[in-house]
This record gives sequence, structure tokens and C-alpha cells, in this order.
Amino acid sequence: MLTRLLVLRCVPAPLRTWTLSARLAGLALLVLLLALGSLAIGRYPVPLASLLGILTSHLIPLAPHWTPEAETVVTQIRLPRILAAILVGAALAVSGSAYQGLFRNPMVSPGILGVSAGASLGAALAILLGLGMLGIQALAFGFGLLAVAMTWAIGASLGKRGDPVLVTVLAGIIIGTLFTAFVSLVKFVADPYNTLPTITFWLMGSLASVDMPDLALAALPILGGMALLNALGWTLNVLCFGDEEARALGLETGRLRLLVILAATLVTAAAVAISGIIGLVGLIVPHLARMLVGPDHKRLIPVSALMGGGFLLLVDDLARSLFEVEIPLGIVTSVIGAPFFLLLLKRSQRGWS
Amino acid sequence: MLEIRDLSCGYGRRTVLSGISFSLAAGELLCLLGPNGVGKTTLFKTLLGLLPAHGGEVRLDGQPIGRWSRRRFARRVGYVPQAHTPPFPFKVRQVVAMGRTAHLAAFAAPGRADLDIAEAALETLGIAALAEATYTEISGGERQLVLIARALAQQPRLLVMDEPTANLDYGNQLRVMAHVRRIVGTQGLGVILTTHDPNQALLHATRALVLERDRRYGLGTPAEVVDDGYLRRTYGVETEIIDLARPCGTPRRICVPAEIGVRP
Repeated sequence: MLTRLLVLRCVPAPLRTWTLSARLAGLALLVLLLALGSLAIGRYPVPLASLLGILTSHLIPLAPHWTPEAETVVTQIRLPRILAAILVGAALAVSGSAYQGLFRNPMVSPGILGVSAGASLGAALAILLGLGMLGIQALAFGFGLLAVAMTWAIGASLGKRGDPVLVTVLAGIIIGTLFTAFVSLVKFVADPYNTLPTITFWLMGSLASVDMPDLALAALPILGGMALLNALGWTLNVLCFGDEEARALGLETGRLRLLVILAATLVTAAAVAISGIIGLVGLIVPHLARMLVGPDHKRLIPVSALMGGGFLLLVDDLARSLFEVEIPLGIVTSVIGAPFFLLLLKRSQRGWS
Repeated sequence: MLEIRDLSCGYGRRTVLSGISFSLAAGELLCLLGPNGVGKTTLFKTLLGLLPAHGGEVRLDGQPIGRWSRRRFARRVGYVPQAHTPPFPFKVRQVVAMGRTAHLAAFAAPGRADLDIAEAALETLGIAALAEATYTEISGGERQLVLIARALAQQPRLLVMDEPTANLDYGNQLRVMAHVRRIVGTQGLGVILTTHDPNQALLHATRALVLERDRRYGLGTPAEVVDDGYLRRTYGVETEIIDLARPCGTPRRICVPAEIGVRP
């Protein structure tokens, strides 16, 4: 299994002394190979020769020796989906890593401040109102931001005289619960034969309907937010020591915390908007990445991005090829993720190394 | 130089200390003594600007601390909290390098020069061998030394230390205090630290601030303010203050429990 290969303990000893850039390059190469392999996987068989031909024909003119159907399948259906899996996996893993550092808690996932619940309500409402794919994505994104903004506002106003981090997390739980209740309300009033199944399927997560324009729209906030979180790597290290110590070390923590939350929320909301709810990736991948490169966020963020992308791509390959009927992605990540997480828990009793 | 004038401080609306005035200059070691719950930590957080003052003011180099940015303040004043464990297993080297944060440009990580300064701070405290150890796995005494090294890497003029010897074994208590004295002596830092041990004040401090219950406090040389009267009033215990006869060197004064330690 590739995911097992990515874990430090299974990597041959000499590789552990590799420099960071070598490790990053190695991981990137692995993800690239995985992506190439994924292009060949699927119900419509595309021979390797055709696949290579289709890909290179975009760089140099080649006389097609493959069917037009093969080209459509590869470039119109599989390629956007593969890119989406990498992008969404990277997004969830990076925001998970950032939040685990920010909230000093290895059990935190990207949805902690309510972004997933908010996005779910936005998507459910859009489906109820009969809006198209773009409308669903726009509302999911907008409501994701709205939920986190509400959480932040509560944390900022009530947290002045206490622990602002704790109040923000508690506010996130309440806002998440509230938005989830509204999602249930929307499902309750939705047409049970038409709208309700659509909402339910969206909530299970899928990359099946992602096309290139969707991807281009989502890529901007995701890549921008990830770049910002990467730049905040050292700040996240210092924030791991708590608000007061970070301030005593010279950080304006209030402002920086807002910046981290803003970046992570943009990243997660955009990812959820195109994929629906995909659980556990943002919780598990940061742990895997930490096992590989340690807790330093300067390394953790880029490694999380690559590992998250690879992980979700692998899971999506399974989701679309295991059975005749495609399984929703959120189900597969949870079914694979839950035992995996227990394994991690057992291994890392001595702290989250 | 830090000046505290008529300071009141507390959490929320509750004021726990008021009317505190003192100053701290380079080369001074000020010991803050007081029973649990009297407000030592609150006072520290207020003079570090982490809690708003309820009254009076704290000035650093003549300027109210409210006007100092966190970054500028951290270049002047280092804070050594009580040792604790963060949730993630950072290396000692990384923890000490965090002391350089106030000297870094926005979005930057410590560079070669910063890592050298961190290394030197570790060497100053004699723990260079710990650099590659995992911070969460070393002993409490070592963690306390690492936090002091982190504050030294900040290259401040003043150090604020919250019970640096709490939870340490006897040997580590002596070792930490010896290091603190040496830093004050050789680097000319001003240090203010809290302790529960009157002997630390008597043996090491240049001045002592003793907090009593009922918001009274005393400020002076340790010999002036740390006496059996203070210990009786504050803790309800009987002690004897003894001057050790030493043929050479400065005289040393210590305090020991009296034969009958507790008032009937």
C-alpha cells in the first residue's frame, strides 16, 4: 500500500537522512506517478500506449493512434477528477495541520470552526432552490465562510476576558451544530424523490462531477490559502506554545490567529464546495506527515499538501474502481481512515510524533 | 529599565494587587516572594503586557508598555514561563530558536545566524548536548533550562521568570539559580523572578519584593524585608534568620525553621 510506504517507519533507513527538498521532490514524484497510474484506471480501458500518446500530444503534435473516446475519457473525465482529488486532499490536509498547530490539539480537523457544516447548508439550500452546479459551489463556499465568521465573532466578543482560543473552539462546535440542524431542516422540507437524494449524496462527498472550470475556480482560493499557511509556518510553531508565550515571544497573536483562520477557511471552504464532505483526511494526514518530518510547520505544511493529495487520489481511485457502483468518497475515507487512526493512536502513545 | 508605578492588577474585574511600585534595572536580581494566590503571576502578566493594568502604569525605558509593540517589547524583555509540555514533539534546538521570533521579518523562519545565537544560548547554560533531544521527552529541570535558553536567545535586557525552580529537584534548583546569578553577573541582565523559597531571596537577590496578604508589600534588600516577622505574618510559621560565619567572602544569611515551627 502506498500510504504505508509514506510512513517513516517503512522507509529504508538511508532515506531518513534525506534533506527536506529531496524528500519533497520524492513525495511529489510519487504523487505524479500515482496520478499517471490513476489516468489508466477506470471502467473504460485505456491502454498505456494510448494514454502516453494522449498526454504527449498536448506538448508535441502526434498523429492520433487512439480512439477519440479514449481522449475524451482521459482529458475530460479522468484528468479533472484526478487534479481535484489532489487539490482537495492537499487542501484538507494543510488546513488540518494548520488548525492542529493553532489550537494546540492533535485531534482537531479542518471543520472545527464550522466551515463544513456551513458549506453543507449552503449546498443543501442551493439544491433545494434548484440552482446549478455553480450555484451549489458558490453557496457552499459562501456559507462555509459565513459559519466561520460567526464563530470568529463569538470568539472575539466573548473571549476577551477568558481564553480566546477555547471560546472560539466552543463557539465553532455550537455554530457547527446550529448549521447542521438547518441542513436537517432543509432535508426535511426537500422533495423526497428528487431533491433529498441529491442533498444526501452531496453530503457524502464525491469528485465525480468536477470539471475543469470548477477546478480553476476552486484552485485560486485553495492555492492562495495554502501559500499563506506555508508562509506562516514558523508563526504556527510559536503558536503551538500557547497564546501568552507567543505574545511574550513577540507575536501579535490576535492578528496572526485571524490570518491563519482566514487562510484555512478559504482553503477548506473552496475544497468542500467542489467535493462535498470528505471526513478524516484533514485529521489523519497531518499525523502521517508529522511522523515523516516532525512537528516543524515549515516542513509539515508542504509535506501535508503532498501526502494529502496522494492520499485522497488513492482513496478516490478505490472509490471509483472497487465496485460496479461508485462509492461516495466520504464513506471510503472514513472506512479506511477510522482503523488507520486507531493504529496511529496506538503507535503514538508517547506524544504525537 | 522597567518602572512600575502605583500598579493595580487582577483578572477581569477582580483586583488582587494594588499600589505596587518598584523598578528593575540592568544587573539587578529582584526576587518576588509571596504566598499562593497573592497575585504574583497576575503581577507578572500585567507587567509583561499580557493583562491590562487596573490602575497605575508600567513603563519600559520611560514609555508606557501599551505603546510598545509585542515585537519591540520582546526584544527588550524575555519571559520564562513555568516549564510545561506543548502537544507536539519539537526538538530542543527548534524551541530555543523560537526565542528569535521577535528578530525575524514577517513570514520568515530563523536563519543561520539565528540558529547560531540559539546554539550559543544553549552553551551558556551548559546544555548544548540537548540540542537534538526532543523537548517533550527531557526532564523538567532540563525543560526549565531550555526555556531560559529560549529567553536568552531573545537577547533581551530584562528577564521575567515565573517560579523557575518550581517542580525541580534540589540539585536542579541550585543549578538553575546559579545560572541565573551568572547571567545577571556576566551579561548584565536585569532579572525578576518569583520563588517560594526565602533562602533563594536571601542568598541570591540584590533586592526583594515581598507580598503579604491584605495587599501589603515590602521592598528592599533581602536582609531588610525577608525576616522572621514577614514569614510569621505571611505564612504563620516561626523561623530563625542566621548569618553564616564565613572566614572570607561575603557574609551569607539563611533562614531555617525554628524548633517549634507552627504557632499553637
